[in-house]
Amino acid sequence: MENSTHKLEIFRGLLKFKSNQTKIWGVLIFLSIVTTIEVVLGIIKPEILMNTFLSTKLINWIFIILTLVKAYYIAWDFMHLRDETNGLQASIVITLLFLIAYLVFIILVEGNYIYDVLYEGFVSWNF
Amino acid sequence: MSSAISTTIEEDEDLWGGGKKPFKASYGKLMMWFFIVSDALTFSGFLVAYGFSRYKNIDSWPIADEVFNHFPFLHGVDAPMYYVALMTFVLIFSSVTMVLAVDAGHHMQKDRVVFYMALTSIGGAIFVGSQAWEWKNFISGEYGAVETRGGQIYQFVYKDNPKKRVGLEEIALEIPGDRIQNESNKGIWFSNEPTLPSFTLEEVVSGFKSNSEILIKTEKIDAKGHKIILSREESLEKINQAKYVVEGANLVRNEYGNRLFADFFFFITGFHGFHVLSGVIINIIIFFNVLVGTYERRGHYEMVEKVGLYWHFVDLVWVFVFTFFYLV
Repeated sequence: MENSTHKLEIFRGLLKFKSNQTKIWGVLIFLSIVTTIEVVLGIIKPEILMNTFLSTKLINWIFIILTLVKAYYIAWDFMHLRDETNGLQASIVITLLFLIAYLVFIILVEGNYIYDVLYEGFVSWNF
Repeated sequence: MSSAISTTIEEDEDLWGGGKKPFKASYGKLMMWFFIVSDALTFSGFLVAYGFSRYKNIDSWPIADEVFNHFPFLHGVDAPMYYVALMTFVLIFSSVTMVLAVDAGHHMQKDRVVFYMALTSIGGAIFVGSQAWEWKNFISGEYGAVETRGGQIYQFVYKDNPKKRVGLEEIALEIPGDRIQNESNKGIWFSNEPTLPSFTLEEVVSGFKSNSEILIKTEKIDAKGHKIILSREESLEKINQAKYVVEGANLVRNEYGNRLFADFFFFITGFHGFHVLSGVIINIIIFFNVLVGTYERRGHYEMVEKVGLYWHFVDLVWVFVFTFFYLV
């Protein structure tokens, strides 16, 4: 970083910036657009997105994917991971992706199981 | 053998002094990344715990849009999402000013670093203040509800407009009485009780029974994702199970629904808000360091970059909290 070499393109080279500052503003605009889409979807809640896919509503899939997109650009451009070595990128991202995906999977399956037990059990929980 | 090792170490005097740069990143930056990865795991633990409770109570979890619908100066207007979206934009914008400060530091432009660090701290302070306002609304509540013996929350809505909730003050019939809060200076010195609600249970129940225009809204969610509203007959039957009057939220019970909902709200947004607060304090310290020229003399502004990493991480976490607490 000392030699201040920044990679100045986002979207796999689709958008190239002249300086690091213009790239920052470009990423801000992109993040703002994504957040606006999320908020608008959250307020309107289109009926067609209420259908479920893999036991999660489509709208929630969109929210989760857009969140990961935002996380990618915050980490890559604001936290300068784009300019770090592949080794550092991989040791951060793979560690987190693996551990969090595992945690999410195992805990949510367990939560769903407990819901089933309470729902199908003979004990009334609303007395 | 031993002599061979010692000679290599002597030749490589940077090895244990922080001179070697694994991944071509300096010691300080790598350690900040270590911290960020472990802190990210802490936050994911909290959010996954939230997901667990939500999956466990999937058919009765509160709907965020119905809880967080306040906006400053729009009293009584149903404005879901707008305020938290505003907070998100404030935080993203302060992230941008931070990264501009880092960029200015690379070019050794002290004045611009000072300017952007100041903007970043102000943005963070605005965010923390907004969160305090959000907490205030959440804690004080707006309408009130009753809780049954089984821990279910019953809210009240109008029969002709089921989307509009009814406040307890519109329901309750005033029953004269002189029940006052027991404090340790009034009765026995070792006995006291928590703050009494504005209305007693009898006032709310008798008021509900005499007003045929009001229905009970339960915690349960139907197939379309809306809260189930009972008919007047069912409501009259269910109101007899009411045990407490609940106004606002604390760690034990809240008027929004499941008890865990308020606990997770306080815990996750509180932990994140604490991160923002400490980030603001660190930013201010760095701001003054830049102002007195510490990094100018040091020859590089890497410290700004390191607090920048922390600050962006706080923003990153908020992106996830925003999604899983307010959107999904």
